[in-house]
Amino acid sequence: MLSRTANDLSWLSRHIERAENTARLLDITYLMSLLPYRVTDQDDKWVEPWAVPLISSGLATEYQARCGDVTAENVLRFMILDAANPSSIFSAIQSARENARAQRGAITIEMWESLNATWLEMRGQTFDRIRQGGTREFFDWVKERSHLFRGVTVGTMLRDEGYTFMRLGTFFERADNTARILDVKYHTLLPSAQEVGGAVDYYQWSALLRSVSAFNAYRKIYSDVITPVRVAELLILREDMPRSLHACMNEIYEILRLICAGAKLEPERLAGEIHAQIHYGQTARIFDFGLHEWLMTFLEQLQTLNAEINQHFLVPVYNPPPTVATTDATPTP
Amino acid sequence: MTAPPAKYFDEMTGRDGTVLPHYRAFDDWCNERPVEFFAQKRQEADAMFRRAGITFAVYGEEAGSERLIPFDLFPRVLPQHEWDLLARGLDQRVRALNMFLNDVYNEQAILREGIVPPRKVLENAQYRPQMQGIKLPGDVYANVAGVDIVRAGEGEFYVLEDNLRVPSGVSYMLENRKVMMRLFPELFAIHSVQPVDHYPDLLLDTLRQVAPAGAAEPTVVLLTPGPYNSAYFEHTILAQHMGVELVEGQDLLVRDEVVYMRTTRGPQRVDVIYRRVDDDFLDPLVFRPDSSLGVPGIFAAYRAGNVTITNAMGTGVADDKSIYPHVPEMIRFYLSEEPILTNVPTWELRKKQDLQHVLAHLEELVVKEVHGAGGYGMLIGPTSTEAERVEFRERILANPDKYIAQPTLSLSTCPTLVEAGVAPRHVDLRPFVLSGRGVRMVPGGLTRVAMREGSLVVNSSQGGGTKDTWVLE
Repeated sequence: MLSRTANDLSWLSRHIERAENTARLLDITYLMSLLPYRVTDQDDKWVEPWAVPLISSGLATEYQARCGDVTAENVLRFMILDAANPSSIFSAIQSARENARAQRGAITIEMWESLNATWLEMRGQTFDRIRQGGTREFFDWVKERSHLFRGVTVGTMLRDEGYTFMRLGTFFERADNTARILDVKYHTLLPSAQEVGGAVDYYQWSALLRSVSAFNAYRKIYSDVITPVRVAELLILREDMPRSLHACMNEIYEILRLICAGAKLEPERLAGEIHAQIHYGQTARIFDFGLHEWLMTFLEQLQTLNAEINQHFLVPVYNPPPTVATTDATPTP
Repeated sequence: MTAPPAKYFDEMTGRDGTVLPHYRAFDDWCNERPVEFFAQKRQEADAMFRRAGITFAVYGEEAGSERLIPFDLFPRVLPQHEWDLLARGLDQRVRALNMFLNDVYNEQAILREGIVPPRKVLENAQYRPQMQGIKLPGDVYANVAGVDIVRAGEGEFYVLEDNLRVPSGVSYMLENRKVMMRLFPELFAIHSVQPVDHYPDLLLDTLRQVAPAGAAEPTVVLLTPGPYNSAYFEHTILAQHMGVELVEGQDLLVRDEVVYMRTTRGPQRVDVIYRRVDDDFLDPLVFRPDSSLGVPGIFAAYRAGNVTITNAMGTGVADDKSIYPHVPEMIRFYLSEEPILTNVPTWELRKKQDLQHVLAHLEELVVKEVHGAGGYGMLIGPTSTEAERVEFRERILANPDKYIAQPTLSLSTCPTLVEAGVAPRHVDLRPFVLSGRGVRMVPGGLTRVAMREGSLVVNSSQGGGTKDTWVLE
């Protein structure tokens, strides 16, 4: 498969996944903002809940420069409709559709039609229309369109390299997102001692879990109060949680083994190394190391892996052609 | 020179208003249905095209802007015997044009014999001296030709233009048929319409036929300028239907005069490139140095016979409007046959006599730029204003070599669904002719229709639409 095609396809699914994750994050922020509790940061300062999605996406600085005060409406506009914000839902769907348009021949008609229909509807959205229709309904719509597209992909696409790279993009973006969500909550939601086990604690952690569709799973598995250690265990180490880092790394490692096909390439080795850390990891050691530090290291490793994949498969730079001494004197035009 | 009679020939009702036999079943079917039926079907068709993203980019607007080409629900119907005549004529004409190109870039017999003035060829902007002496597989230069045909009366066809460079539009032929079969399956049950869907198969087979000798399982790719090209949609569906990679210049590289594409498994050799990029942009080392769409070194690989690029570079010298008047003579010269399809009578304004005649009859004639395309830069006498004619007269006088003129043909019309109901609109036809080891085509082609009343311009860039074209067995 053409490297450019593989690259476009992996970004196509990353953008879809990103749109879904942004919707999840905003949805949960919206829910939090309706609660009568305030959020505190590490130094026990109040944190405006609407700053959370900005911090999580690494967009706080850009937002402040362009939009000023952190208000619900401004953040929603910025994160949903702002075409200049590459992480907005609008931009993510637009980019996915651009990738799909460039790769019409590599995806199925059903995939294209599903994505194009999503784009046509997204393009017609305005802030007022979203508010009228219900903000949370809009987030549900984004999630549904993402589920639909993934379902259409699984249901119609040939299991070729294109499919493999699309899956790779999905799990990369998902791993990145789960790590960031965990990290932000670690910063902003760390409960102060007296609140542990209290109502604030409950709502904050449950919100985090809900944002990655893990609330009911938590109940099912632990049947107990929500604690940070268990949340970390669930979202980092449990491989049966579809959005956990372990689940994502299982997929990424398997996919890279498939792509590298026994050629002993760096992407496979590095993915194996990251995977092993999680596969054999323990919450106690993660917390000893520091959850934030651990997550930052993980994200850095993911970046390195991404660069390796680019270099080997997606944006390859070949060494300059060997200059063969020509005995043939025929001039080339 | 006499212009054809002025009254329009309607392809459904002829000249006297009685429905012709090959349109009868369709006419009956239509009459059984209320107007609202068609209005609703039209909305469905629009939704289908939009959902499938069958759009074309419009130049001069915001980058990446897309528009739908108006699609008319009423098919254009051709009886088998008329198509047979056309097919024979197209086969003959395209064979002669390819022989002309092979001659021009090799022996130049036709120039030596003075049948085509050498100056017209060798000083033509479309002539590519770099192509001189290169031997092509099967001696074929234009593997894909899109010949524009108009008709004035029953069986009275004229060739308007031979498009031998990178003719486009075939995707509309394919998609129009698909949409029609989905909208009106019952129509296909009562008509025996010749299928066109196998065009991509024929194209792929043709491309494989002209692969360099020695490529046992030739790898074919389609080279596109990219998603912002107006015909990008067409490039994607052709590549998809043929099952070949759709590549951009950046995906290809040349090493030791061999072309490779960058794949996830390293460089992979390419044998045949169906390119939809203009000559000028193919190789910055040989043609335009500022081109970022092309591949440096690709022409050297081509010269060395390691890759087939199709259509060949330099085919424009045969479809140029200044060469057009000589095509009938080419047919006689190379094939010793009489042309089956007629040229539109053409005045060449570089000739004094012709110039005088044209300037005296501007309001009756169509004047075109020799190198123009897409319906830009032309004067349509009968619908022009005095001011436009005055302006055009000055442009002609300043540079008569640049222009040709033709009579305003009374182009045939077809019933077309417009705002006010059903009305006759002018049409043309672009069949796609494939040349490999032989000449092949699918029955029909792309019918373009001038949607505005009285308009003779069918180009999509000028608001033209398209119709499904039926050849009835």
